[in-house]
Amino acid sequence: MLEIKNLQASIENNKILNGINLSIKAGEVHAIMGPNGSGKSTLASVLAGRTEYEITGGSVTFNGKDLFDLEIEERAREGLFLAFQYPQEIPGVNNVYLLKAAVNAVRKHRGQDEFDAYDFLSLVKEKVKFMEMDEKFLHRGVNEGFSGGEKKRNEILQMLMLEPQLAVLDETDSGLDIDALKVVSKGVNAMRSEERGILMVTHYQRLLDYIKPDFVHVLVNGKIVKSGDHTLALELEAKGYDWLLDAEAA
Amino acid sequence: MKAIEDQIANKYKHGFVTDIDSDTLPPGLNEDVIRHISRIKNEPQFLLDFRLKAFAHWKTLPKPDWAKLNIEPIDYQAISYYSAPKIDENAPKSLDEVDPKLLETYDKLGIPLHERARLAGVAVDAVFDSVSVATTFKDTLHKAGVIFGSFSEAAQNYPELIEEYLGTVVPIEDNFFAALNSAVFTDGSFVYIPKGVRCPMELSTYFRINAANTGQFERTLIIADEGSHVSYLEGCTAPMRDENQLHAAVVELVAQKDAEIKYSTVQNWYPGDENGVGGIYNFVTKRGDCRGDRSKISWTQVETGSAITWKYPSCLLKGDDSVGEFYSVAVTNNYQQADTGTKMIHIGKNTKSTIIAKGISAGKSNSSYRGLVKILPSAENARNYSQCDSLLMGSTCGAHTFPYIEAKNPTAKIEHEATTSKVSDDQLFYCRQRGISEEDAVNMIVNGFCKSVFQELPMEFAVEAQALLAVSLEGAVG
Ligand SMILES: Nc1ncnc2c1ncn2[C@@H]1O[C@H](COP(=O)(O)OP(=O)(O)O)[C@@H](O)[C@H]1O
Ligand SMILES: [Mg+2]
Repeated sequence: MLEIKNLQASIENNKILNGINLSIKAGEVHAIMGPNGSGKSTLASVLAGRTEYEITGGSVTFNGKDLFDLEIEERAREGLFLAFQYPQEIPGVNNVYLLKAAVNAVRKHRGQDEFDAYDFLSLVKEKVKFMEMDEKFLHRGVNEGFSGGEKKRNEILQMLMLEPQLAVLDETDSGLDIDALKVVSKGVNAMRSEERGILMVTHYQRLLDYIKPDFVHVLVNGKIVKSGDHTLALELEAKGYDWLLDAEAA
Repeated sequence: MKAIEDQIANKYKHGFVTDIDSDTLPPGLNEDVIRHISRIKNEPQFLLDFRLKAFAHWKTLPKPDWAKLNIEPIDYQAISYYSAPKIDENAPKSLDEVDPKLLETYDKLGIPLHERARLAGVAVDAVFDSVSVATTFKDTLHKAGVIFGSFSEAAQNYPELIEEYLGTVVPIEDNFFAALNSAVFTDGSFVYIPKGVRCPMELSTYFRINAANTGQFERTLIIADEGSHVSYLEGCTAPMRDENQLHAAVVELVAQKDAEIKYSTVQNWYPGDENGVGGIYNFVTKRGDCRGDRSKISWTQVETGSAITWKYPSCLLKGDDSVGEFYSVAVTNNYQQADTGTKMIHIGKNTKSTIIAKGISAGKSNSSYRGLVKILPSAENARNYSQCDSLLMGSTCGAHTFPYIEAKNPTAKIEHEATTSKVSDDQLFYCRQRGISEEDAVNMIVNGFCKSVFQELPMEFAVEAQALLAVSLEGAVG
């Protein structure tokens, strides 16, 4: 469903992505690992449509459509979801209000009726419970004063409600204690299905203990330097990234 | 996201002029004009004396000059001081007698003169230019003993109330525009809530400026007698015009012992076009007098209109344990200038005031917030909390906050917080990544910013305020 070919992107004339090739099919879970600053968040942002980045080469198709022809919100409505590394706070906007607007925008795009208030609320409450969150989070401002872990749970809650085709998770494990990591992983695993693709970006392999990927890729200096199955993650855990950095430099 | 500045444009929905004959005085201001106005209105002698005294004082005053406002000098002799829709000798007694064109105008503005579903339960005293043309729900109010109607009517029917209270909150000497208003005011609203009565419905007035080059000088007086309660809504829209139109209203509120007045305004006058041409000059003196112990006055306002706004709804907290509140959202776009704020004057013991002011600036607009909190020596244990937040949209607008505090009693507790923020690209990106359009995202963020003020508005007004905000900021971020 997602075809990335020789993707190159830069910001302020700094080349960050240097020709990425990646193909994700429905039903697959991919993990992208790499040292800090290697371009993982850049890749996620470029896929979601952040305009600060200049696409300098390559192509991306999503369900057969040229991704770069679509506006940010159109990509989202087509089913591309990004769980942010640093979710934004939007003071005064009810969390549940944003969620409802988002779900209805996606449903409208799919030709479905908007949820009525009652159905929507009972569904949200079910998901909130599943994510082991307090219902009061629904009525607080979006991420307003949430702890790091609460923000990440909230991202996964949104994903569960939006049921995307392709979920891109950027460092969803960072800043989580072990209990929160388990809950977040439970949320992601609940989303695994034959129709859905998942791209996890992570710095550490511990997330992969809970969500077992089908493929692991190593990103170094904006390029995928190695791909493999989940055992590659274990190897990285043992050896670190340095041997790959050397290989890339050579 | 495209540059924010590119996208700034503004549409004004209510820009049309009703074609009816007006009975308009030629431009100019002198004693004869004042006598003429008073005569047309068949006013009691004390009112004419009040006007003439105010005029004599006004002539001695220098024209005001405000540092933050960029104002073309106003030629007071080029303004016509009276304009009335041409009607038969007597004002219409019911809607049937009202010029259908006039009703049509209200219709376009969506003003519910009839008992329409949307604002059912709201009594409307509509002011068309200078004369009140229709009042609804009078019966229900009459049964409760509430007096609600035009100021001119009240001057005929309740002269003793007017004589007792007029000018006691905003004296004619108060300021340049208050003196001018006191000399030439044409009409406005009058409300009296008797002792112990809770007004059975929200009271509402919609102002509209119509005839070209007529200044509007409303005079509103609201009296809540002991233990009574009233909520009053004021809303405004104006048709599109090229000349700047002057508006200088005076609103006086009196709350006696244990009484409460809630005064809400949604103001949507024509702000001028995107080049800063046209629009209303709005210089208003609004003041509430918490005269009795435990009385309470709260001002809530949403301001999106006017080319120039100068306005400081204030509270005089005279009674012990009295409470003053000010909740405000002011939006400026294009070339609008707003200089608003409030004054809380603590006089009685244990008096308390709260100020929540939200400013939203877009385009090349400028807004200033000025808040004065004054604690007099007599105000033992006075408390004030002020919060002023500014939201900037784009980089060509400005917001300035000037808190002034004068505490003359050492027991005073005063807290002030101020923030300035921007609608950030990150927030917009976040919302859009969730499938929400950019326009909806902007509205959502701005409404979130205004939430603590909107929740003070009566329900139906809050909905209108949100809609108005969306219209005023249309295209402000691209
Ligand atoms: N706005 C920016 N301006 C300049 N450089 C940036 C900007 N954003 C990111 N970068 C650089 O791009 C590189 C990749 O960043 P990022 O994608 O966040 O890495 P990762 O997520 O893998 O840690 C880093 O070297 C970072 O400094
Ligand atoms: Mg990152």
